[in-house]
Amino acid sequence: MPPTDTTPETPTPEEAEGPSLEKGAKTQSAAAPLPRGSTPGIRFEKVVKRFGRNVVLRELDFSVAPGERVTLIGPSGSGKTTILRLLMTLEKLDEGLIWIGDQTLWHMDKGGKRVPANQKHLHEMRKQVGMVFQQFNLFPNMNVRRNLTEGPVRVLGVSKDEADERARKLLDLVGLADKIDAHPSQLSGGQQQRVAIARALAMEPNVLLLDEVTSALDPELVVGVQDLLRDIARESDLTMLCVTHEMHFAKDISDRVLMFDQGQIVEEGPPDQIFGEPAEQRTRDFLQAVLAS
Amino acid sequence: MDWDWSYTGDILPDLLKGLRYTVVATLVGYVIAVVLGMVWALLRRTPFRIVNEAVRWVTEFIRSTPLLVQLFFIYNVLPAWGFKLSSLAAGIIGLGVHYSTYTAEVYRAGIADVPKGQWEAATALNLPTSRVWLDVILPQAFRRTIPTLGNYLIAMFKDSPLLLAINVAELLGAAFKVGSDSLKFLEPITLVGLLFVAVSVPSSIMIRRLERRYATN
Ligand SMILES: Nc1ncnc2c1ncn2[C@@H]1O[C@H](COP(=O)(O)OP(=O)(O)OP(=O)(O)O)[C@@H](O)[C@H]1O
Ligand SMILES: [Mg+2]
Repeated sequence: MPPTDTTPETPTPEEAEGPSLEKGAKTQSAAAPLPRGSTPGIRFEKVVKRFGRNVVLRELDFSVAPGERVTLIGPSGSGKTTILRLLMTLEKLDEGLIWIGDQTLWHMDKGGKRVPANQKHLHEMRKQVGMVFQQFNLFPNMNVRRNLTEGPVRVLGVSKDEADERARKLLDLVGLADKIDAHPSQLSGGQQQRVAIARALAMEPNVLLLDEVTSALDPELVVGVQDLLRDIARESDLTMLCVTHEMHFAKDISDRVLMFDQGQIVEEGPPDQIFGEPAEQRTRDFLQAVLAS
Repeated sequence: MDWDWSYTGDILPDLLKGLRYTVVATLVGYVIAVVLGMVWALLRRTPFRIVNEAVRWVTEFIRSTPLLVQLFFIYNVLPAWGFKLSSLAAGIIGLGVHYSTYTAEVYRAGIADVPKGQWEAATALNLPTSRVWLDVILPQAFRRTIPTLGNYLIAMFKDSPLLLAINVAELLGAAFKVGSDSLKFLEPITLVGLLFVAVSVPSSIMIRRLERRYATN
């Protein structure tokens, strides 16, 4: 991501008084608890996924470079969510291989042979991946603090104090420092989604999966969440896979756009090219349909 | 048939003693029902087909046979196999086990009601299975079950006179005994009714209150 368009040298007055989200992100950037350092890439190798007789992904091949931001677009049912869910191990892989870095997600090595992964392997591999859902899926029985510390304490073995400290920093980053003791039901959709993003980041993933994270939000709340994700994209070197219908947002955060149809990549390229001068008719039809809606 | 107040005063202590047995049997039985029901519900979710099929059949069987028969079985048949129990213990176990098959269904429904997204978020956070259950699923499922579980407490209380059949000196048994001794049943049996109301109406009100509290937040 070129930082030019989002970080002007001299902040305009308007920006100085901008929403707390923006300020929080800026002031925190030095100490921001966002992952930096080498992150792994992702590779799908002849991936097949079926639901019953419905073959959703048919020998799909694609890869994402370390630290790359890729947006998946395509008509409903084209398999975008399925791809993210396979990476989060929410769906089982039928055939093929999914690589995260130099390890296979769904297979492990046993005496020189590649065998299906056991729970332990999946547990290890999942540490690298985080996901934010369309419906937030915060834990309603826990307050915001506990939502953010549960994973670090129970999975990463971080001490409670340290997890609390991290939670505070992340809430600062997402502009919700004052909501640390609130319950999810007391937050707006946009606030809930920002907490959900903070919760995913608290696990220090290398790969972040975003599945239509603003499509359940009221229109006026979309911008706040998108701005936050822009900041995160700028400040971190997370590998990001993002499904969205918001083309401006896709343009801002992605290095590359993949256009899917029926579980196949129809076309791919930098966002300017895909949105500006798509080569394929199916892409043009899809973009027109999105614009019309 | 006139109401005899002095007779009423004489028998009241005996009846209150009976009520104490009734309450103890209900409460201890309830603890068994609430805990054992959870065990059934969790066993039904294990990946081992044999285990969850077996649990399904056993609980189905217990639920579809009368509590009275089960009480006789525990008190009169089990001793032949070496399990000798006092009548009160047999009564408590009978009540508890019988109702555990109902609470198991309540838990099962409560667990099934937790949205799929909660499981998925727990997986995405990489929580170990034990934490998924203890920290995420069960607290949410349990909260949904509170009103129904409360109603089962009252149902058990009202079923407790069945323990009379295996000689537990509970309230109805006590009333029956004083009545038989003096051949006057109006006062003791009426008092039994009043005492049951005196316990179950306030309990119901308390349960409604709990229900409202958990329904609102
Ligand atoms: N759990 C499931 N059971 C059966 N079929 C499923 C399941 N999940 C997805 N599918 C099917 O897989 C196909 C791809 O679904 P997927 O959700 O990946 O599409 P998508 O590209 O995310 O669509 P949308 O834009 O509507 O979210 C669809 O045909 C869908 O019906
Ligand atoms: Mg989808």
